[in-house]
Amino acid sequence: MPRLKPEDLEKIRERMRGTVTLREGKAKAKIIVHMGTCGISAGARKIMSTLLSLTEEKKTEDIIVTTSGCAGFCSKEPMATVELKGEAPVKYVNLTEEKITKIFNEHILGGKIVKDFALAIGSEQLG
Amino acid sequence: MPYRMNLMLCGGTGCAAQGSFKLKGVIEQELKKNNLQDEIQVVMTGCNGFCAQGPLMAVQPDGIFYQMLTEKEIPYLVEEHFLKGRTVKKLMYTPPLEEKPVPKMSEIPFFNKQRLIVLKNRGLIDPEKIDEYIARDGYKALTKALSKMTPDEVIKEIKDSGLRGRGGGGFPTGRKWESARHANGDIKYIICNADEGDPGAFMDRSVLEADPHSVIEGMIIGAYAISNAGEMPVIGYVYVRNEYPLAIEHLTIALKQAREYGLVGRNILGSGFNFSIKINRGGGAFVAGESSALMSSLEGNVAEPRAKYIHTVEVGAWGMPSCLNNVETWANVPVIIDRGSEWFSKIGTENSKGTKIFSLVGKINNTGLVEVPMGIKLREIIYDIGEGIPGGKKFKGVQTGGPSGGVIPEKLLDLPVDYDELAKVGSIMGSGGMIVMDENTCMVDVAKYFLNFLKEESCGKCVPCREGIERMHEILDNITKGKGKEGDIELLEEISEVVIDTSLCALGATAPNPVLTTIKYFRDEYEAHIIDKRCPAGVCKELIEYSILADKCTGCGACAKQCPQEAISGEKKEPHKIDKDKCIKCGACYEVCNFEAVRIQ
Repeated sequence: MPRLKPEDLEKIRERMRGTVTLREGKAKAKIIVHMGTCGISAGARKIMSTLLSLTEEKKTEDIIVTTSGCAGFCSKEPMATVELKGEAPVKYVNLTEEKITKIFNEHILGGKIVKDFALAIGSEQLG
Repeated sequence: MPYRMNLMLCGGTGCAAQGSFKLKGVIEQELKKNNLQDEIQVVMTGCNGFCAQGPLMAVQPDGIFYQMLTEKEIPYLVEEHFLKGRTVKKLMYTPPLEEKPVPKMSEIPFFNKQRLIVLKNRGLIDPEKIDEYIARDGYKALTKALSKMTPDEVIKEIKDSGLRGRGGGGFPTGRKWESARHANGDIKYIICNADEGDPGAFMDRSVLEADPHSVIEGMIIGAYAISNAGEMPVIGYVYVRNEYPLAIEHLTIALKQAREYGLVGRNILGSGFNFSIKINRGGGAFVAGESSALMSSLEGNVAEPRAKYIHTVEVGAWGMPSCLNNVETWANVPVIIDRGSEWFSKIGTENSKGTKIFSLVGKINNTGLVEVPMGIKLREIIYDIGEGIPGGKKFKGVQTGGPSGGVIPEKLLDLPVDYDELAKVGSIMGSGGMIVMDENTCMVDVAKYFLNFLKEESCGKCVPCREGIERMHEILDNITKGKGKEGDIELLEEISEVVIDTSLCALGATAPNPVLTTIKYFRDEYEAHIIDKRCPAGVCKELIEYSILADKCTGCGACAKQCPQEAISGEKKEPHKIDKDKCIKCGACYEVCNFEAVRIQ
């Protein structure tokens, strides 16, 4: 390991930013891929892998890809919910690898909801 | 491919003792079985703080908190949550007296009522990887100090922040540094007191295990300040008690990595400033936590304090100026330099700025480590963060400051936690130990316990401490055995006065505090022991009697089976009886009885 100068410390911080964001759970955008048995049998894992390759390819650091259980609308699986910071969550349904790629580029990176693939905006009331 | 999930597994000594390191291996195995090893990383962090619920794991980025993990639940957990995305309710934390679990760490009262400044990296970094410390703004303060601030500016910042020594004395840190800066010597020493001898205190251990770089960075900044930017050589020592192997291990690794990066040693960050740190393991004495005794031990002599007419900042280790601060004090320094004294001084009270880490232990539901802003009420710590006394028992008192502190009763629970407020009621802030006691704790017994500890740990150099503590302990021992006499309380008070006024060091001078506060707030218990020969809490063995209540006893015989002395007799379905002559008051019958028929009085 070489002796560091102040600029090198900054470079390390840059490099590690993705890990820090992941561990703090706060990010510019969060995509939740719904798993559960229905999701997995409908192909949710392929949607997940596509998203992970996309984040790696575009070298995004403040986008979190995570999972949750069944979203409840089993006939429309695979589903994913996209949450941009400060905006209401958007639920996307009947996903394929092509559709999620389009959603990634247009909604997550571009900020524009892909209305054709979306089911609803906002979430259910709890309790 | 970057990881999409990090499992932050607590590797602090508490959880490690419950097998958390072994759990890591098991989890990694299961992840591999499910082909998730490239997506999910297991990270061993330092102490998470919620020690009573260990082994602990926080799942990020979702912030889900799992507790009391065992090996046999791992396969199910990995399949359900990490593969299928369904969180596992039965492994989550459920508050006492409630039924619904709380999935998110940020919603658990133990965590969300705390304010993490010193512990800002808690549960978020692997302490064996310097890059992770750097990633969370590590060594930013050092860069700022070395490149943009003069030593005087650094000292001013610490002074303005209002930081006071976290080892217990509460001396203003900035003022200590200023004295060290102006002291004369061919060489100066920066020392970290990591001896942490108070029973029940583990704050420093936690900081050293979880975030050793925070202490290292603080020490380097301190060295820069007092050496006047390298005018004379400065050497650093961390005096850490030998009973902390994990802390020593992590500190050693951290120093090695810091050295390789040029953050410690010669020409730090290319600034021309030199400073190196050595680790010194303590010999295992409580008195070695006293500053002059520590330096004596560091020199290779026996840990014995000296009279401090001349302070150690002027004449310390090897006769040279030495700036000694506690682990927690050092860990506050980088945060203050990075974020500014103005920000820091907004937290806390008028005379006690910042936060304090407490080890909340004893008769409390949520045992663990908490960092709270100064000024928070004791009641909030015990009932909101600690979530009250287990078994619905009644709160009796809380001991702060370890053997040097005092017991605070229920009526004073709205006291804000503050150096001066605690001193006003006869206790001290101390290093942060907070021992909670309930209705089944005998206050006379507590005073005796602390005196016994101090009797063992006294270095023996001065008469008031050596003889005074021994005599006080003798009197208390007699009281707990039913041999107390009229006038004992007054005698204890008289001896206390002499010991406080004339002891050579703070060990002796503060030794009477537990006795005096228990007499002040629980005098009735002392009198019950002395006059009535009775222990109201049911603890002092010579004064209590076990008997069976005939109207509650169902004659099930469970107690008789457990009794090691075969002192219980009775027919099946008939009330049983305890033979008082055979009874050794072990309490086994009390533990097993399902009908509350065993009475202790």
